[in-house]
Amino acid sequence: MSQEILQTLTWLIPAGPLLAFFLIALFTHRNRTLSWMIAWTGVIAALILGWTVAGYTSTQFFEEPEKVLEHPVQIASSIDWIPVGPCIVEDAGNCESWIDAGVAVDGLTSVTLIMVTFTVFMIFVYSVGYHNYGKPRGTHPGVPNHGKEDPIFSRFFAYMSLFAFGMLLLVTSDNLLFLFIGWEIMGFCSYSLIGFWYAREYHLGPDDIPHIPPYLAAKKAFMVTRIADVVMLLGIVFFYRTFGTLNFSEALSAHSLEAGVAQIGVAAIGIMALLLFTGTVGKSAQWPLHVWLPDAMEGPTPVSAVIHAAAMVSAGIYMLLRIFPLIAVAIEGNPGVGWIIGGIGAFTALMAATIAIAQNDVKGVLAYSTISQLGFMVATIGIGGYIAAAFHLITHGFFKALLFLASGSVIHGMEHGAMHVHDHHTDPQDMRYMGGLRKKMPITFWTFLIGGLALAGFPFVTAGFWSKDEMFAEAFTLMQEGNLTALFVLVMLVLAAFLTAFYTGRQITMTFLGKPRSQLAEHAHESNKFMTIPLVLLAVFAVSVGWSGITDNFMGTSGIFRNYFHGLVGSTIEETMLELKGAGLVAHAIETLPWRWEPLIMSLIVALGGLFLGWWIYGRKPLPVGFADPIKRPLGPLYNFFQNKWYWDELYHTVFYRPTIWTSEQLVPVFIDKGIIDGILHLIARVTYAIGHYFKRFEEIVISGGVDWLKDKTLIFANWTRQLQTGNAQEYVAVSSLIAVVFAFSIVLLINYGWLEKIQLWFQQIF
Amino acid sequence: MDLLQEHILTITIFFPLLAAFVLMLLPGESKTAIRRLALLLSLVPLILVLVMWLNYDRAAADMQFQDFASWFPAIGSNYHVGVDGISLPLFLLTTILTPLSILASFKIEERVKLFMMLFLIMETAMLGLFASLDLLIFFIFWEIGLVPMYFIIRLWGGADRNYASFKFFVYTMAGSLGLLLSIQIIGVVTGTFNIPELMDVWVNLPNDILLPVIGTVSVGWVKGIAFIAFFIAFAIKIPIWPFHTWLPDAHTQAPTAGSMILAGVLLKLGAYGFIRLVIPLFPEQAYTTAFILAWLGMLSIVMGGYAAFGQWDFKRLVAYSSVNHMGFVVLGIAVMAYAYGQNFVGSVTEDAILATNGAVFQMVNHGLSAAGMFFLVGVIYERTHTRDLKKYGGIWSVLPIYGMILIFTSMASLGLPGLNGFVSEFMVTAGTWNIFTVQLALSMLGLLMTGAYILKGIGATLHGPTKPEWLGLPKMTLREHAVIWHLMALMLSLGVWPQWILVFINDTVSRIFIG
Repeated sequence: MSQEILQTLTWLIPAGPLLAFFLIALFTHRNRTLSWMIAWTGVIAALILGWTVAGYTSTQFFEEPEKVLEHPVQIASSIDWIPVGPCIVEDAGNCESWIDAGVAVDGLTSVTLIMVTFTVFMIFVYSVGYHNYGKPRGTHPGVPNHGKEDPIFSRFFAYMSLFAFGMLLLVTSDNLLFLFIGWEIMGFCSYSLIGFWYAREYHLGPDDIPHIPPYLAAKKAFMVTRIADVVMLLGIVFFYRTFGTLNFSEALSAHSLEAGVAQIGVAAIGIMALLLFTGTVGKSAQWPLHVWLPDAMEGPTPVSAVIHAAAMVSAGIYMLLRIFPLIAVAIEGNPGVGWIIGGIGAFTALMAATIAIAQNDVKGVLAYSTISQLGFMVATIGIGGYIAAAFHLITHGFFKALLFLASGSVIHGMEHGAMHVHDHHTDPQDMRYMGGLRKKMPITFWTFLIGGLALAGFPFVTAGFWSKDEMFAEAFTLMQEGNLTALFVLVMLVLAAFLTAFYTGRQITMTFLGKPRSQLAEHAHESNKFMTIPLVLLAVFAVSVGWSGITDNFMGTSGIFRNYFHGLVGSTIEETMLELKGAGLVAHAIETLPWRWEPLIMSLIVALGGLFLGWWIYGRKPLPVGFADPIKRPLGPLYNFFQNKWYWDELYHTVFYRPTIWTSEQLVPVFIDKGIIDGILHLIARVTYAIGHYFKRFEEIVISGGVDWLKDKTLIFANWTRQLQTGNAQEYVAVSSLIAVVFAFSIVLLINYGWLEKIQLWFQQIF
Repeated sequence: MDLLQEHILTITIFFPLLAAFVLMLLPGESKTAIRRLALLLSLVPLILVLVMWLNYDRAAADMQFQDFASWFPAIGSNYHVGVDGISLPLFLLTTILTPLSILASFKIEERVKLFMMLFLIMETAMLGLFASLDLLIFFIFWEIGLVPMYFIIRLWGGADRNYASFKFFVYTMAGSLGLLLSIQIIGVVTGTFNIPELMDVWVNLPNDILLPVIGTVSVGWVKGIAFIAFFIAFAIKIPIWPFHTWLPDAHTQAPTAGSMILAGVLLKLGAYGFIRLVIPLFPEQAYTTAFILAWLGMLSIVMGGYAAFGQWDFKRLVAYSSVNHMGFVVLGIAVMAYAYGQNFVGSVTEDAILATNGAVFQMVNHGLSAAGMFFLVGVIYERTHTRDLKKYGGIWSVLPIYGMILIFTSMASLGLPGLNGFVSEFMVTAGTWNIFTVQLALSMLGLLMTGAYILKGIGATLHGPTKPEWLGLPKMTLREHAVIWHLMALMLSLGVWPQWILVFINDTVSRIFIG
């Protein structure tokens, strides 16, 4: 295919969903069938285009790897967007410097496109069923209409299309600014979709799983990520003003990075990397900004799947991978940066995993699991594991989307049961009331099982195993070189991986095995075809996608396996990293690690051990109705600590939220504005007024020479104070306008007739 | 036609005044006719501006569509107007917002004729100011603009309008006095009021000579005093923290259309004054005090953001948001002040071009989004008769389209990428980074609060279960849609394809720094 056609195709990838958004929002929002069909068309177009482009680039790589290594960006096109400098005067419209908008496709873009377009399409399919398309229409907008078609069905697809646009823009963008634009558009869609049921309120009993209303959850998500975004904005402008361009391949070439280091020093590069990394901390829900993601589960489940598992939260990791040469230089020059990135990732991975083991909300477990898995990726990037992190990003995207959709199917089934028995109090998301769903919902069970095993890293078959194994291998190899960060990361990640397998075992057991523990579960029902077909398709990928990244010398073999993923994604920055290594700015280029058995053993032990322990504790014998969590006693106070999410929300509420409210409602508008600033102004007004009165009184005294001066003055003073309080504004205006005009004219005269000079002379004579 | 071609700028400026006289001839009872005629006549300047837009020569370095007439030769003041890439976008903004404000106030029933006349007179004042190339003419338009707004708040305002209008008037007058004094000094010292000429004569007057007229006072001293006077006058108008306390009161009490124009255009007069007069006429003083301006800009952003978040009166919230947003204009101006006339090479010049472009563009963007926000607050107020955010709730279910429009406009105000505010904020941020890093970093706190107050407004109005008293609120009328959709289209187009307006700004700004 010619380069021009490919460029056009790439530009068109985000265009379909965007067009769908506008069509639905402006024209078809009343016609629900047409709306979802338009949304599907947009995303199918993106899928076809995305896979075509990705197919082209990977074929190119396998056919002519040397050429691709030299020019990793295989499709690139850009247009002028903002003029930022002098235009050549004679030739209007031909400005010299511009901030560009552009698209670029390389190996990393390709694999991400494959994952994103496919999962997003699956979720679009699923959503039609999830919102009960074709059932009688619900009558309450803004709350879940169980068993009825959502009354704002079209709005959902409009937002989802806009979201897909944002993600695709982010992935295809060739520069940091448009990445950020996609990033923020997704943030807005996330806000809107978490708050999709904007009118919902909860009336919770003491034993229920705590929920906050969706509109609060939406606000929380937007604000917490915005903290990170404003910091990231600083990072972007720092990047731009240092390298003189926002384009990735221009700014992050070895040459440009060397110039950057020479210009501002490697410590400043470290600061730049951390500013940008803060964006990831917010978007990918890393500690300390992870608190928004669990509450984001208030959105409809397809939203949780696409935004809070497969696409948006992955954007943070994707951004780090995009700027990886910068991160690598920053880490090499400042070990502290590596500790911060690796440390935050590793800590988040373990902390979220500990919280996940004590959650009863079927989506809550997955939410913390997502935070934890993203922590794996961040930690791996922090020690320089570019390909391992990218690989886990892709596999996680597939299996986590699957898990969320399957859990949505479970909830849907439970809601069906709730309607059947007219129980509107029991929380259909509470795993304590589930059990035995294996028989009721077989497709959901088997697909959930596959997703769960992938998450736990079940050996040799599932995708999660291969990516997790690679991350361990990365950390292990570096640790052997004496890298302390890698040691820390390895220990934390192994512990976290064990807990991951454990809570996955626990979740599968509590949900699907044993006997139904409520009427809801008793009458649950398999979901419709719109929902089950995507589950099956995603399950296929949750297994097979891992095979693309099996280490070349796995188990000491040679020639059997080929690590396609490593080659393709590695090609993106391989040359750059080699050059940087040559310049002494990084210690490691993109290397193929020697296969070792220690990480494999670790993977096997934690995955199988955790899964078995989960089953052994929860599944040996069926759990009774109203059971107490068996791990509650052995864990003691830790259990409450975990279940209450380490009390981060409470801490932030006291330390940040309340002071902010006080500052905004009291300190700034009342104390500073009204008290100090207006106070000073009122004082000036009073003094002026008093002087005016004094002159008036003086005149009266001279003329009348009144004897009752003291008495009058007291009265007038009282009167004056009263007047000032109520303020006859008309009189004020008249008086002050008059004074102003007289004052102005006297000043003019003062200058024009040289009076100022006379006054000055007079002053000089005195002093 | 020749007359039109040669004097198109003058005709544009004075047409609204003429229209006001035409309205005066109509009988006061025929309200509908007055409204329609006012709207129709206010569209004429817009068309004229579009004609100028299309005929604007980007390659020419001079002021364009210049018009000159001898006015007051004894003191060297002349009627001299012209536009460049900085004033042209503001012309467009003014001529778009005036018809929309008139359309927005069709519900006004009291003294309709006077109301419409005041708006048209104000349009002349604003356009005149943006085109003035003579200091005295500038000042006259400046003062004329003040009077109609005072009466609009005073006569059609809310319950506390007396205090608000008085505060507005006195505050601005306080600034104007110093401005007038300084303009007089400049005129007396140099013998001319012509701005392009002053940029040469006045600026190059050596600081150490004693003034021929005033005697023993040195030029440097006078320049310093005059700079402070200019600074304060325009700072009050923008308003820069801590000169901002008139603004929340004035906005809260003003009628909807008054707020639209006040936030949309009048605040820009101050920023325009900085860019057109303060920095070019006092480059040395501006350079030495640029860091103060940056600190004040930062404080405007942060304090404005916090104060807006603390409000429970929807209109007051939006009013404080103006302080927050105009802070970015101030930051951009601070960078301009730092770089102007200092003959820096390389990076600083690029920073200054970025930041100044951003500041001018932010003026346009804030004009659109603030006018939209005030209008939407007016729409909901007309239906619920309250602006108390605590009393709203769940209105989205009742007015779904209004809800979407409010979210759209709020997001433009928040600076969501894809809509206009983001582009200018990004440009200011990028241009400021190298020069005022600390101030910029601290202002990010204000940007965070922007999100907080915008979400507070949306959440309190639209979200939550619908309160029974709001069931059956009437839908937005066609007239209301007509007002907001124009603004929304502009906000979207400027966010997606900002260069249609930015190339004009960029041409002029680049010439300022590079020549």
